[in-house]
Amino acid sequence: MNQHATASPGPDLAEEFLDRSTPLSAIRNLLHRHPAISPAIVLIAAVAVFGGLNERFLEPSNLSLVSQQVAVVGTLALAQTLIILTAGIDLSVGAVMVLGSMVVAQTTVQNGVPAPVGLGLGLAVGLGAGAANGFLVTRLKLPPFIVTLGSLNIFLALTLLYSGGATVRGGDMPALLTLTGETFAVGGVNITVGVVMMLVLYIALALILQGTAWGRHVYAAGDDPEAARLAGIRVQRVLASVYLAAGAILAVAAWIQIGRSNAASPNTGVDLNLDSITAVVIGGTSLFGGRGTVWGTLLGALIVGVFRNGLSLVGVDVLWQTFAVGVLVIAAVSIDQWIRKARK
Amino acid sequence: MSTDGTGSGEPILQATGLVKTYGRVVGLDGVDLELYPGEVLAVIGDNGAGKSTLIKCLTGAEIPDEGTIRLEGRQVHFKRPQDARAHGIETVYQTLAVSPALDVAANLFLGRELRKPGPLGTVLRVIDRKRMRQRAEEELAEMGITTLQDVTVPVENLSGGQRQAVAVARAAAFGSKVVVLDEPTAALGVRESQQVLEMIASLRDRGVPVILISHDMPQVFEVADRIHVQRLGKRAATITPRTHSMTDAVAIMTGAMREDVR
Repeated sequence: MNQHATASPGPDLAEEFLDRSTPLSAIRNLLHRHPAISPAIVLIAAVAVFGGLNERFLEPSNLSLVSQQVAVVGTLALAQTLIILTAGIDLSVGAVMVLGSMVVAQTTVQNGVPAPVGLGLGLAVGLGAGAANGFLVTRLKLPPFIVTLGSLNIFLALTLLYSGGATVRGGDMPALLTLTGETFAVGGVNITVGVVMMLVLYIALALILQGTAWGRHVYAAGDDPEAARLAGIRVQRVLASVYLAAGAILAVAAWIQIGRSNAASPNTGVDLNLDSITAVVIGGTSLFGGRGTVWGTLLGALIVGVFRNGLSLVGVDVLWQTFAVGVLVIAAVSIDQWIRKARK
Repeated sequence: MSTDGTGSGEPILQATGLVKTYGRVVGLDGVDLELYPGEVLAVIGDNGAGKSTLIKCLTGAEIPDEGTIRLEGRQVHFKRPQDARAHGIETVYQTLAVSPALDVAANLFLGRELRKPGPLGTVLRVIDRKRMRQRAEEELAEMGITTLQDVTVPVENLSGGQRQAVAVARAAAFGSKVVVLDEPTAALGVRESQQVLEMIASLRDRGVPVILISHDMPQVFEVADRIHVQRLGKRAATITPRTHSMTDAVAIMTGAMREDVR
């Protein structure tokens, strides 16, 4: 507020905050109120640059590939967004997804369970994992970082113990399980069912977060838990429900993952927890909770996908791709901090 | 000023013989307190005199070991802040307990959001943002709070005084019976404190009784009708700004002067 006070020494405080005098402060204010704008600009710039560097980048087949690469990370990042909005973090998202996909694949292929039931068991795994994480965070009051660091290892171990390290091939599965990998063409670009599922989840969660009391309570609980508690919100209950909801989203991610790789492998996607956090952070969601949107996260996931894909098309070594994503994260957080500081 | 300040009629809120101990530390040692309709009752006292503990017991943040609390003549038992709130006792905390990223209207309705009519609201639990903004504007206008003109502004964009105005408005809106303000000006500047004091006076003038906990003697003497002086876990006296000076109040607080209780 102070920069307004010096820019326009109005007598009335109420006038001061309405007075967005300079263009720069107007831009800052806009970025502050709509944190998804800066990742949108980065994404458009990245697409323009990579499209200019290599004409294959904007070809429909390549865009289709990018969308498929984004589907799994994007869905994980959606669950991650919910958690990070409450000032938590979930290191176990990748592990939960892999455990879920192994349970779905093994019960249907090896135990002959009908495919819908198998998917239901996958959902149960996601919800169970979410309930366990949520219980430890809300009841035993352990820090989410530590809880999910532990559960990450537990779920990884369970996955390997359960699957015996063996991959289940997509060809052996009922069609329903690999449905998420089926494609249909939209204007020359092949879109998978998994991509559509991810988008539907984004739309649903965006509506829920913006349009329901629960959504507001998630933001309030992450923003200032004590203030939320004093306002009469049952913060611990909100947190527990957030971990459950994230678990359900991870179960869908497991399904998308099976379709994407046309297999269920205990080793695929384990390392995606960090990519999901990267997408959320690049998307402008604050690690301190209470700020951010799911659309920002989608943009963040797209930025990571576009950077990896674009750099490899240009012929940059995969290690430098990872390097670039790392730089991106730090840049995103720095910009975020700059915007916040500028406000005060 | 509305009432004659000595307290008349039935108290709206009455605490009798409240005792609260923390292990071997005695926080409250048999405190009585009465709040009458339409008055501002200030609670003052030195650090450790039991002001906060007393307020916590009245607002459900602590459960007293002994003693009774009556609201409008009926005995009440608060186990958590929500219980006190459900009975119409609203509290404003010195920490500006608002959610910075949410806008003014969302903060006013935090924890009691309005839902859309029909199945959209009952089944899908969709909130009615437009109606909440409308109601927020009405409530603010009715309370004469002019410092908040745009209810769609995130609270973090507001000054400290405006944030406190949001907190006071939240407590006073929606037909609350008693508003408790715990050091509402502790985090504020001079002019912003003045705005809060004006809000307190206008609350009282609208018939909402207020309990004000404050360290600031001039403020207390400016706005309070009666002053409850807390000392060593007990009520040392209840005085009024007309019968006693600030020096007297400090003397009672520190034990240099004795006054018959009430």
